[in-house]
Formats: sequence, structure tokens, C-alpha cells
Amino acid sequence: MRKTWSSMLLRRLLQSILVLIGVSILIFGISRMVPGDPARMALGPRTPEWAVENLRKQLNLDKPLPVQYGLWLLKMLRGDLGESLVTRRLVNDDLRDFLPATAELIVVAAIIEIIGGILLGVFAARYSQTWFDGFTRVLAYLGVATPSFVWAIIFLLIFSFAWPILPATGRLSAGIITPPRITGMIVLDGILSGNFAAAWDCLLHLILPAISLAMYGVAQSARITRASMIENMERDSVYAHAAAGVPRRVIMTKYVLKPSLIPTVSVMALDIVAMAGNAFLVEMIFNYPGLSRYGMTAMLNKDLNAIVAVILILGLCFVVVNIIVDFIVALLDPRVAHYGGV
Amino acid sequence: MANTILNVDGLHVGYRVYGGTLKVLDGIRLVMDAGEKIAVVGETGCGKTTTMKSIMGILPRQAVIRKGQINFKGRNLLTPGTEARGMRTIRPKGVSMVFQDPIAALNPVFTVGQQLSDVIKYSRGQTKQLSKQSVRDAAIEVLKLSALPDPERILTNYPFQLSGGMRQRVCIAMALSTAGDLLIADEPTTNLDVTIQDQVLRLIRNLVEEQGMSLALVTHSLGVARQMTDRIYIMYAGTMVEVAPTEGLFDKPFHPYTKGLLGSVPKLTGEGIGLGIPGRIPDYLKPPAGCRFYPRCEEALPECKDNKPELYDVGGGHRVACFLYR
Ligand SMILES: Nc1ncnc2c1ncn2[C@@H]1O[C@H](COP(=O)(O)OP(=O)(O)OP(=O)(O)O)[C@@H](O)[C@H]1O
Ligand code: SF4
Ligand SMILES: [Mg+2]
Repeated sequence: MRKTWSSMLLRRLLQSILVLIGVSILIFGISRMVPGDPARMALGPRTPEWAVENLRKQLNLDKPLPVQYGLWLLKMLRGDLGESLVTRRLVNDDLRDFLPATAELIVVAAIIEIIGGILLGVFAARYSQTWFDGFTRVLAYLGVATPSFVWAIIFLLIFSFAWPILPATGRLSAGIITPPRITGMIVLDGILSGNFAAAWDCLLHLILPAISLAMYGVAQSARITRASMIENMERDSVYAHAAAGVPRRVIMTKYVLKPSLIPTVSVMALDIVAMAGNAFLVEMIFNYPGLSRYGMTAMLNKDLNAIVAVILILGLCFVVVNIIVDFIVALLDPRVAHYGGV
Repeated sequence: MANTILNVDGLHVGYRVYGGTLKVLDGIRLVMDAGEKIAVVGETGCGKTTTMKSIMGILPRQAVIRKGQINFKGRNLLTPGTEARGMRTIRPKGVSMVFQDPIAALNPVFTVGQQLSDVIKYSRGQTKQLSKQSVRDAAIEVLKLSALPDPERILTNYPFQLSGGMRQRVCIAMALSTAGDLLIADEPTTNLDVTIQDQVLRLIRNLVEEQGMSLALVTHSLGVARQMTDRIYIMYAGTMVEVAPTEGLFDKPFHPYTKGLLGSVPKLTGEGIGLGIPGRIPDYLKPPAGCRFYPRCEEALPECKDNKPELYDVGGGHRVACFLYR
């Protein structure tokens, strides 16, 4: 078995590298397709032609495209993402500030989706055709049909204004000392540095945006879990176990749940990657200083370096999440592990 | 021998589907004595599996037991359900089943060992706590009984790592590990290689005889039924049309359907039943009001259209559900 696992990892890594190369070519292509001469744009219309020519040489714009791509890739690999037009800072510094905030948000939303989706799905299947099943069905329709920013507004109105029990905006309340930066994720840094007040306060700030973001995924994965639970409950193997006296609780939480999670996991992965995009409006509404907001602002301002960085990070997340999913699926489904993936 | 262990009487089972209820079982009657081996023979879709699942108490959600009785070892298994729809079955103790499809009958994502130990643990262990080791020993023992080579390794295998024949043997082992008085084998060899079929059937017969169990064998094949069992039930469209001691049935079949079957035996060994009789099994949404074989029967009488024949005794333990033998 061990041999299959490591060869699977190797194959997945190679595939991921191919995907990332594809993404990088795409990004490079887009960045060169933007109309206008970058050197001329950088120096302004009044600069003499020889100075522009010099800068072109300096930026390697006189070289053939494949060479330019190679040089650009090397620069990226060195971690040199350039400067942002909007913030006038190194893109690296911006990422350092904004990425952990969004990562924290998405992690919390993902946890909500995983726990909420599976629990709702399992109970809806166990108590199918009862009021609970009906309740999850309605919840699921609402969850799938309502965009996350609408949830954000609804939750904000209810839990921060009508019945103010949760903070409305930002990452930390005024007067709370930000813990020293270790990972940039305040909840984590707070716990690591013993500043539990900050960790708790940040978590409270995360609840509403994370739930808004997770609603769609919770709804979708609850429905998928329910459907595959019910399908798996009707298998002869389940009847055979039931007839042998295996208690219903064991059958449901073991023999039915495990195969039912296989489709759920793949769908959840897609949801979680999509959260990075959906986070934009949610971050706007909660005035949350995250990467999605940063990326969107960059796009509206044609801030090329920042756009490239955000897309690269999204691509990287996609690849990593996919590798993780492949391993979870292989853990759940021995056939996949055995044949080394589908 | 007249020690009845199973008595199914007047069993009506339907399936709720879009557009109505499939009235599949229509007054099934099936009686088994302790230690007896019977076969239930009938073409595909006639309700053999439905009958067996009713006895096991494992009908799917869509199924409705409309009326009838199932008695196992003197215990009534059917009680009026809480819902107005029908009856509820109590699962009988001491009955186990080998399913038609060994792929579906094993959970694909757990090892044989995990599944077998749970079955052993919960079927025997409710009262006394079994140690891990004794569960494992019991598992190895039933695998050995089922003629599986290298049982220790098989315990660590997933179903997909086994061949079809091995899988069915694992299912037999699983059924054996909980079995007491009655083993139901639902077409245990249909999905197997021809060369393996015979081995598996022989294994089942030997095990049943060694353990002194009764056997209810469901099959398409009259040849298999003849080779394996003492008594044969011929089933047609949710009704038992003829019951007879095995040799009696082959010597002198009475029911027009059985006669048709026996007439088509040569064609049937490999192909399945029904080729020799023109027509098809009726639509269960709107089954014939009288004899269910009426639309296909060449000897039909006028009363067959609206009246259901009972099982009439024709002597020698031979009973036929047909007005011709009233
Ligand atoms: N879950 C179900 N929902 C609806 N109809 C069903 C269901 N299970 C069985 N049926 C119907 O009931 C009838 C009898 O099915 P059953 O499986 O008992 O037949 P069978 O005699 O075992 O056939 P086979 O030889 O093909 O196994 C068929 O017409 C089938 O379509
Ligand atoms: S009862 Fe009538 S229709 Fe049915 S098999 Fe006998 S003769 Fe044919
Ligand atoms: Mg069947």
C-alpha cells in the first residue's frame, strides 16, 4: 500500500506542476496582451524615445516572447512579484497583510461547511421524510439560491443591528491589542502568543462572514450527503448487516457514511476553492481587509502585478486543495488507492 | 419431519412507484420443515427476491406489505405497522441470506475482515462480550468452512481484490457466521462463471447438510433445483403456482406454466426461463383480476378470468393452483 501512496503523491505533484505551468503561461499571456507599451506607459508620453528604448532593453521587452516568459518565470520563482500600482508597495508586502486574513476566513468557512453539511446531510437521511428532512430541504434550496453577499447583509442586519450580539466589521474590536505576527492569522497568533482575548475577538468577527460564505456549500453538501446516504442505505450489503443484527447506529455512521462521503468531499473541495472568489463581496460588506477585496480592487484599477499575484495564489490553492482531496478520497475508497487514482 | 419452521401465508407485497403501486406478491404461500431443502423457481421479475426479503425483514423503503402472515419457529413476524400503510416485519433470528449479487452484498470500502467481524460481533456478542481474538478466530473459521484459501489474507482484502467466486464464498461465510436454522440463497450462482457455479452450489449443499440447516434456494434453473433440493415451488408473477416433491414435479407437472417450463428445459439451462411460453409476465400496476397466468394460458377456463385459483391438492404432496385440478 505504501508504495501506491507515494507513487500517487508523485504523480499528483507532477500533474500539479503541469497545471501551474499552464496557469503561468496564461497569466503571462494576459499580462502581455494588455494594450499599450509597458515601457512607454511606465515613463509617460513625454519621455524621449531613446529612454523608452533603454527601459525596454532593461525589461527584456526586446527579446522574443519565449525568452521573455522564461525570464518572467524566473523572477516569479524568486518571489519577486513587483510593485502594486494602487498601494505603491511591494506586492509581497500586500500579500503578507491580506492573505492570512482571507485564509483565516476561508478556513473557518470551510470548517462550517464540512461539519454543517455532513451533519445536516446525515440526519436528513437518517430521518428522511420527517419534518427535519423537510427543514433541511428548505434550508438547502435557500442556501443554493441565495448569493453569499445577500446572506452577509441579512446576517449583518439581524445579528449586528437588530439583535447586536456579534461585531459587524473588521477583524478586531477597538482596544484589543493585535498579537505579535507569527502566521498573520490572528486567531492562531493569539493562541500561540497566549493572547486569548484577541483570538476570541477575532473569531467573533469571523463568524458572520464565514457563515455567509459557507451557506452555499453547507446547502449543497448537505443535499449531496443526504442523497448518497439514502442510495447507500438501500444496498444489499447494508441489508445483510442489518439482518445479522448490526445496530442501525453502527450501520449508519460506519457502513453507510464512509462510501457516502466520497462524492461529498469532491464537491466540498470545489466549494472551498470557489469561496476565495465569493469572499470578495462578503469582505466588502464586512469591511474585512482580505485578499479577495485586494484582488478585486486590483482588477478594477488594472493593477497588473497585483492581479498576477492573486491569480497565482488562487491557482496554487486550487492545486493544493485538489491534492488533499485526492488523498482523502483515496483514504475513503480503497479502490482509488489501489489503482492509483481515477 | 413435520416440524414446520417457516410458514408464509397469503403474503401480499407491493412497491409504491410513480403512478401507483406495483402489486407484486399476490398471496404467497410457502411452508418449510426443519432440515428441508426447497427451491423457488420462476422467471425474472416474478418476485422471488421480494419473497425472501420479506421473510428476512429487509424490504426496501418503497415496499408495502399489504396483508399476510409470516411465521418463523412459531413466532409471528408481521405486525400491523404504526403507519397506516401496511405491516412491519420483525427480523427473524437464525435466518441468513446469501444475496443474488455478491458485488452489491459486500460493502466496497471496508475489508472483508472489518465486515465479517462486525457481523460476528453483533450477531453473537450482544449478551457476552467477545474478545477481538475470538471474533477473528470465528471469522477465519467460517472462511475456512466456505473453502476459501488463505483466510488470514482474505480478512485484510477489500471485496474488489477478490474474484467473483471468492466474493460469493465470502458472502456465504458471512451468512454462515450468523446462520442458525435457515439459509436463504438467492440465485447464489447467477453472477458466477459456469465452472465456479457448480463448486459454490456443492459448497452450499454440504454446509447446509453438515450444520443441519434448512435451505431455501432461489434459482432460474430447474436443473439446479432438481440437483439440490427435496421440494420445488414454482412461482409465477407473484403467486406460487405449483408445489411438489422434486421428482414428483418432473414426473408429472400439472400447471400449464410448469408444463411450459419443462417443455423448454433444454433451452433454459443457460438462458433462463420463459423462452418456451409465449407472452410476458403481466404488468404489476394492473395485474389480471383472476389467475395471473390467464393472459398466457392455452387451457384457460371461463372462470379463470375473474377468480383466483387456490392451491389444490392433487396427491403425493403435490399441489397446484389451477382451476383445471379443482
Ligand atoms: N425497490 C423496488 N422498487 C420498485 N419495484 C421493485 C423494487 N424491487 C423489485 N421491484 C419489482 O418487483 C418485481 C419483482 O422483483 P424481484 O426482485 O422480487 O424479482 P425476482 O423474481 O427476484 O427477479 P430476478 O430473477 O430477476 O432476481 C419486479 O417487477 C421489480 O421490478
Ligand atoms: S387457472 Fe385457468 S388460467 Fe390459470 S393456469 Fe389454470 S387454466 Fe390457466
Ligand atoms: Mg431476484
